[in-house]
Amino acid sequence: MSISREEVLHIAALCRIGVTEDELEALQEKLSQVLDLFRTLDEVDTSQIPPTEHSGSLESVMRSDEAADSAPRESVLANAPAIENDLIRVKAVLEG
Amino acid sequence: MATLHDLTLMEVRQLLERREVSPADVAESSLRRIDDVEQQVGAFISVDGDLALQMAHRAAGSLKKDGTGEPFPLAGIPMQIKDSICTRDLPTTCASHMLEQFRPGYDATAVAKLFSERAILLGKGNMDEFAMGSSTETSAFHPTHNPWDLERVPGGSSGGGAASVAAGEAYYALGSDTGGSIRQPASLCGVVGLKPTYGLVSRYGLIAFASSLDQIGPITRDVSDCALVLSSIVGHDSMDSTSISAPEPDYVSGLTQDVRGLRLGVPREYFVDGVDSKVEGAVREAIRVLEGLGASVVEVTLPTTPYALACYYILALSECSANLARYDGAKFGYSHQEAATIWEGVEKTRQFGFGEEVKRRIMLGTFALSTGYYDAYYLKALRVRTLIRQEFDRVFQECDALVTPTAPTPAFPLGERKDDPVRMYLGDIYTVPASVAGIPAISVPCGFSQGLPVGMQIIGPSLSEGTLLNIGYAYEQATTWHKLRPPQ
Repeated sequence: MSISREEVLHIAALCRIGVTEDELEALQEKLSQVLDLFRTLDEVDTSQIPPTEHSGSLESVMRSDEAADSAPRESVLANAPAIENDLIRVKAVLEG
Repeated sequence: MATLHDLTLMEVRQLLERREVSPADVAESSLRRIDDVEQQVGAFISVDGDLALQMAHRAAGSLKKDGTGEPFPLAGIPMQIKDSICTRDLPTTCASHMLEQFRPGYDATAVAKLFSERAILLGKGNMDEFAMGSSTETSAFHPTHNPWDLERVPGGSSGGGAASVAAGEAYYALGSDTGGSIRQPASLCGVVGLKPTYGLVSRYGLIAFASSLDQIGPITRDVSDCALVLSSIVGHDSMDSTSISAPEPDYVSGLTQDVRGLRLGVPREYFVDGVDSKVEGAVREAIRVLEGLGASVVEVTLPTTPYALACYYILALSECSANLARYDGAKFGYSHQEAATIWEGVEKTRQFGFGEEVKRRIMLGTFALSTGYYDAYYLKALRVRTLIRQEFDRVFQECDALVTPTAPTPAFPLGERKDDPVRMYLGDIYTVPASVAGIPAISVPCGFSQGLPVGMQIIGPSLSEGTLLNIGYAYEQATTWHKLRPPQ
């Protein structure tokens, strides 16, 4: 299966990864190769088989709701790219 | 006496207990070894010698637990932690420019457990970027070289861990395994690596790649060391909702060496075209050794095996596309500030912060989850995962464990597969089935091909770590592969 330039650009937009013109051809080729591998699953009959989301055998995990300290503010802010008044500064999310 | 850095963890522990050496002697010896070989091997992303010596001095006063007088099993012994596992205030880069400046505010649970036993951290291990690779070549910083042949890869993604243990820099390492990232580098570097049952070791503080598959596990020089390290890191953790409450056996005292009556399955689908003939020969010979020790051998069949690779990559890449959405340049990590809008900033942050393989995997996972393709890829893979689990369940009625090659070939030359993702992925064909099923598997050295180490993989049902370790131990007692060290 070959994937088109437009599809590559569409996927890149969905996952918000910037791509340049000169990367597109190589991406088309390499993504298509892996999709060919993915499609080998078409040969397996799974019409009667339910999905398994998780490899563990877990039930829903509940715990009592007890108050506990969260991470200290300084240790969270220490990794933030931009800070203002003890808050993380980002560009405007809603424009205009 | 052999050189200190050539000893196993257990051997050094005995010297420490008899006070023939001090923790500072051991740490200094490891740091000297790193000085001597690290330039050629490149197993570390960061080394903190001052911290290691400080930890050694602290350990010197507390080799034994307060009150009981019992020794801490890992006290004073130097190790390496994979750089995808959080260490408080210390670099934890995931081998990515995205996290080059990141300093976690906390220790991963597995790390905290080792530190509470007075273990000595030498530094953080090189790896494929975000654990996405099988050769450690996608590290954003530098490749790691296989200590057995410096022109070859150490495997991956925990290549730094396997190489550091093989080269005598660290006595053991913590790696993480999503589709083989502990077992395959252990095989290629001639050391032991174990991927535990999903949920046995807490994932708290392990930087997520594919959350339904990721597990932390030990890389060691022999099986006894592996049992010791595993005993120290297992246990339920309220900080990881997928962590299981299982009995915590003492894996070391379970090493009886007795495999009489154990039924070993040899799955036909793991010995097919594409496996190196000397790899196959070494594993078949190892099976004969185990048979000679009293185990019985049955041929079994796992027909869905050829599809496990596609199933694994669809699941792993889908999960990675969701997990890595958090890297947006806002809260932590690399942030591209020169952008007109917040969205341009996010796109540039991810364009420049991630390497090529990581970006390809996020894009493929995004595609597999996108409208119109979800059923054909992601849901299909979840159904195939059920088949793979059912086949393992069935086959473990017929046998107690499976013996297979860990990887189809020994270590390959640096650069050989770097630009051919599918060829790189094919090397994971024997390790991904156990990952998809969430069951444990260990790789143990069992011979050589072209002068390079070969590993055999022993796979067992859920929570069979004790059995797998004992099979590996019995094999080691009957052979000498685990005693060989790479040339200087």
